[in-house]
Amino acid sequence: MNRKQKKNLKRIIISLVLLVLCEIALDEGIIKNIAYTVIYFIIGYDILKKVTKSIKNKQIFDENFLMAVATIGAMLLNEFREGVAVMLLYQIGELFQSYAVGKSRKNIYELMDIRPDYANIEQDGKLVKVSPDEVKKGSIIVVKSGEKIPIDGVIVEGESSLNTSALTGESMLRDVTVNDMVTSGCINMSGVLKIRTDREFGESTVSKILELVENASSKKSESEKFITKFARYYTPAVCITALVLAIIPPVLLMVIGKAPLWGIWIYRALTFLVISCPCALVISIPLGFFACIGGASRDGILIKGSNYIETLSRVKNIAFDKTGTITKGEFKVSSINNNTIEEDKVIFYAAYAECFSSHPIAKSLRDAYGKEINENRVSEVKELGGKGITAKVDEDIVAVGNIRLCEEMGISVDNGIISGTSVHVIVNGKYAGLIVITDVIKEQAGDTINKLKNYGINTYMISGDVKAVADDIAEKVGIDNVYCELMPEDKVKIVESIIEKQENNETTAFVGDGINDAPVLSMADVGIAMGALGSDAAIEAADIVLMDDNPFGVVKAINKAKRCMKIVYENIYFSIGVKLLCLILSTVGLANMWAAIFADVGVMILAVLNSIRLLIHINKKG
Amino acid sequence: MKKTYEIEVDCANCANKMEEAAKATAGVANCVVNFMALKMTVEFAEGADETKVMKEVLKNCRKVEDDCEIFF
Repeated sequence: MNRKQKKNLKRIIISLVLLVLCEIALDEGIIKNIAYTVIYFIIGYDILKKVTKSIKNKQIFDENFLMAVATIGAMLLNEFREGVAVMLLYQIGELFQSYAVGKSRKNIYELMDIRPDYANIEQDGKLVKVSPDEVKKGSIIVVKSGEKIPIDGVIVEGESSLNTSALTGESMLRDVTVNDMVTSGCINMSGVLKIRTDREFGESTVSKILELVENASSKKSESEKFITKFARYYTPAVCITALVLAIIPPVLLMVIGKAPLWGIWIYRALTFLVISCPCALVISIPLGFFACIGGASRDGILIKGSNYIETLSRVKNIAFDKTGTITKGEFKVSSINNNTIEEDKVIFYAAYAECFSSHPIAKSLRDAYGKEINENRVSEVKELGGKGITAKVDEDIVAVGNIRLCEEMGISVDNGIISGTSVHVIVNGKYAGLIVITDVIKEQAGDTINKLKNYGINTYMISGDVKAVADDIAEKVGIDNVYCELMPEDKVKIVESIIEKQENNETTAFVGDGINDAPVLSMADVGIAMGALGSDAAIEAADIVLMDDNPFGVVKAINKAKRCMKIVYENIYFSIGVKLLCLILSTVGLANMWAAIFADVGVMILAVLNSIRLLIHINKKG
Repeated sequence: MKKTYEIEVDCANCANKMEEAAKATAGVANCVVNFMALKMTVEFAEGADETKVMKEVLKNCRKVEDDCEIFF
């Protein structure tokens, strides 16, 4: 509790004690009423002070003003006890709100706290701790075992394994050694690392993530905007109704010749004023979103705005990019067909012929060969653009390439339908065999699609790959709709057409790896980039960023969004519902000021507690 | 030109009112108050003198919420 809160707590306790004493010791009468008035000033003087200031500034519809009018009015109507009690309860509510919100704000920030406190740099042979802000680009920093890497950089000395859990939410060890890029926020688990920083702290991954999450709740969701608008009209509307209620019925009663009952109607109008503060809504809803954003960042899911939580919770279609999302983007030799020589030999020739190439397919061939390649055995390497490669391996002339290479060499092959990239190997003009290379599907892809379908979400796969490959992968993971053989710009059109087909309150998400699909990410209602650890492009382009490359993060993010929206709607319906009910009941005289203060403070407390549930759940997990 | 300032305010509705007040200040193109992060992001109109504008923003905010604070 801060100083102001402690002071208010003291005042509340003193007034409460005095009020009880006054109730026990004093009989009804003028002395008791004076005692009530004294207590009223003890508990409410700051509100009254604020009111005089806001009247000076011509701010009439201010909740302090309304509360003051209601309570003073009640006392003038000889309802001293109610006047004091309403003020006391209002103060308790305010204190609770400021405490609860402050506390949750602190908790949420702790969840997100991946900020390193210091960096070690070597000065005159000694290690000195300095603030990460002061480290210049290109400096050498030392990270000891158990410490957090403060700034992005490249390892110049030492090897270790890094724990990425602070960034991805999942405890995973990554082995690193000299010349490896390392990301700030990871924890060094063993050994001492010397790292040359390649950017300043402000540009490093940790800083970027923190900035992004902190700014996220500035992008307000529709529900928040609704509440702001609602609050703007609600308070004046209730006040005007109160005024009408205080004047019209007594006047009407007078007109028809009955007693005007001014006291009763004014009391009812004052009751209205107590309910006029929209605080329950105005506080609990941003709190809910903020808790959700903070909690998600703990799990390696960065949400760039409250609005995306809302959009994601209504998602009906999800389109996945294939490579890097459903598949790992790592190619592997899956089979060798039609071979006229031994399989090992086919791989041997292919790996040797491709030994100088940096193409991912060439790499997969070398991986499949698995043995050291003696580059001296290879000569006369010729790249045939778009077809393949020829080379002399020992004394054999080897050609490795696609079907067009075979055609050019006058060799007819039966390509058949294969789900993968085909690499033909020709040795000394004779067909040696066909190597099929496929991408590896991520283990969690099937589970992810399954879960999404259980939620009634339509799944799409969008790929630049050939039909056979795309269909095969879609079938294996269970995706229903496949679009393939697409150029990058076609992907935008496909997502556009999906969005056009959706109903009003449905949304479409696109999941990609952030590499050359930025236009699609920004086109979709929600763009989700995955595997963003170390990729600035992905963090820039997407609305939601999954730090690791596990597609199941999409399901987690949707769950969080749905849960958050459920709580937000509960608060909206509950708060507005109770307030309206109370307004109606007090109009007909069934609810007094006690009920009104409950509708105001009680509902606010309940709504705030409800929002905090989002946080409790997160804490339990972490 | 966009700048973010730390603020101090203790109720959410007051934060909304500050946002309105800041938006209405001359030289401010747009403003978002983030109550949860206690931050105010001000987008200045072209050619506006930030310090001068912020002084006005604070003055206008004080009118709607007299114990608020903006650190600039």
